[in-house]
Amino acid sequence: MSFFFEVLIGGLLSGVMYSLVALGFVLIYKASGVFNFAQGAMVFFAALTFVGFLEMGVWFWFAFALTLGAMVVLGLATERIVLRPLVNQPQISLFMATIGLTFVLEGLAQLLWGSQPHGLDIGIQDEPLGWISDATGMNISKFDLAAAGIAAALVTSLALFFSRTRIGRALRAVADDHQAALAVGIPLQQIWGIVWTVAGFVALVAGMLWGARNGVQFALTFLALKALPVLILGGFESIPGAIVGGLIIGASEKLAEVYLGPYVGGGIEGWFPYVLALLFLLVRPEGLFGEKHIDRV
Amino acid sequence: MLYREAGQFKASYAEDQQIFAIRQDRIAVGALLVFAFVVVPLVANQYWLSAILTPLLIFALAAIGLNILTGYAGQLSLGTAAFMAVGAFAAYNFVLRVPGIPILVAFVLAGICAALVGILFGLPSLRIKGFYLAVATLAAQFFVVWALTKFGWFSNNSSSGVISAQKIEILGYTVDTPAGKYLFTLTIVAVLALAAKNLVRSSTGRAWMAVRDMDVAASVIGIRLMQTKLSAFAISSAYCGVAGALYAFAYLGTVEPEGFNLDMSFRVLFMVIIGGVGSILGSFLGAAFIVLLPIFLNTAAPLIEHGLGLQMPPGFMSNLELIVFGALIVFFLAVEPHGLARLWQIGKEKLRLWPFPH
Repeated sequence: MSFFFEVLIGGLLSGVMYSLVALGFVLIYKASGVFNFAQGAMVFFAALTFVGFLEMGVWFWFAFALTLGAMVVLGLATERIVLRPLVNQPQISLFMATIGLTFVLEGLAQLLWGSQPHGLDIGIQDEPLGWISDATGMNISKFDLAAAGIAAALVTSLALFFSRTRIGRALRAVADDHQAALAVGIPLQQIWGIVWTVAGFVALVAGMLWGARNGVQFALTFLALKALPVLILGGFESIPGAIVGGLIIGASEKLAEVYLGPYVGGGIEGWFPYVLALLFLLVRPEGLFGEKHIDRV
Repeated sequence: MLYREAGQFKASYAEDQQIFAIRQDRIAVGALLVFAFVVVPLVANQYWLSAILTPLLIFALAAIGLNILTGYAGQLSLGTAAFMAVGAFAAYNFVLRVPGIPILVAFVLAGICAALVGILFGLPSLRIKGFYLAVATLAAQFFVVWALTKFGWFSNNSSSGVISAQKIEILGYTVDTPAGKYLFTLTIVAVLALAAKNLVRSSTGRAWMAVRDMDVAASVIGIRLMQTKLSAFAISSAYCGVAGALYAFAYLGTVEPEGFNLDMSFRVLFMVIIGGVGSILGSFLGAAFIVLLPIFLNTAAPLIEHGLGLQMPPGFMSNLELIVFGALIVFFLAVEPHGLARLWQIGKEKLRLWPFPH
């Protein structure tokens, strides 16, 4: 039984990491209705830039600030160059544009920093916590716990930001209805710039945590694919959805791999989350926390 | 003013409903077909035939398949490559396990297999829409590739699922030259493209478009949603399946499940978007653009390098290629969201009046 709990907790904690990536998607979708496929590439770009600065000998927090600056510039440039010409286009066009953006970001990151994998050390060891394994016999990584803590802090602050500040209210207004928001004088382009900046910040945090765990390499871009089932499970518009979805996906993925995997030959982590999310959708077509859409003719 | 339809009267329903209603259009299409079937195999060299034109046609077929689903029926799909993989592996298994099966029959059966898989993964479309559906089709993408790799039966127990497609034999004649494979591909693609063009003008096609524009409204006027959506998934997947079979048999010869990855699905999706959503002609234009662009960049790059006298670091070009590719996609979406097919239409309308202002 303690093995079951160990797998479960390990899955939940890695689910938090998925949520971090999914969060970036949700932020942009909420505020602009754009399904930003480039989020994975942004994570990769941010992590690679951060490591690049660190390896140049820049002080940790200064590198963090520099990378954040780069992400802000990137977000603003995306808004200006990619999104603004595409205002009023159907959502699928915007989605395709972000796939194009994915290619640009992947190319740009490797062009600037080279394509070899890097290690990243952010000062937290990936080792089991002694007192927990002594007390219960379960191995729970210190790193995973720290990542979960960071994610929780991030989510709380974002939730507060969205619900309590002036900008947050403007963001929600824009998400609700672009034209109505414009009509009451909310500067749409400024708001989009802010959203992309925040998404860049989330990408940076996710990139640092994932990079520290698995190394900064091209495979980071595939994180987007890990985050998608989390998104459809939780609902595209919901921050709590991203968290709960991440937890469900993380836990069930690990449990399925351990208990179901041996029967079908293993390697089911790639598609199991999607099938799970699909089954969820059959019951609730807009995800767990998504907004219910009423179709009218 | 090259030509216009003035003076060509339609006296029967058959004439009214034909695909190319203007005589000059018919002549132009006929000339194009003659050019593709006769002149190209005579003139083009081996490289052009086997490395550019054959894949171009195959991808055009896959793009038509996706266009039926996404462009006409409005169901966004990211699992195109999976259906191609089903077609490729099904055709391989039919030829392998059914002795003496004609290759074309195997291809038809492969298309049917892909259609069945398509229907299976299309079932969620009855309940979910838009991006949720797009992500759901990713389930098909990952599951099919995993299943083909994992279960040795599909690839006759070869390592990591690699299959070597058998020789194409038609009526005792073995097709193994680049020109032969090109003609084989061209024939299938031409027939299927014509069928698709007619299909989208039929009541089925109109039902698809009604569902695309608004499915609630469509169901109100008596279109059966289930039948319409699933038929779109089935026919689209069948097209992709045949394209996949051609990809294995006429283009690469040796394929593995991992070759039909998400990147390939995206490439086909790009072809549809850049070519023109909801246009058969656009599928060809988009395929040509996406197939030719990397080749063009590869050829242009050394010239630029020499011209500027620069020595590029290794890997520089491939990354630059990525950037240019992505930037072009964004550019196209911003400048002409309806794709190359729309540009073609605008050009035709302009030429109709040219050089007079009205």
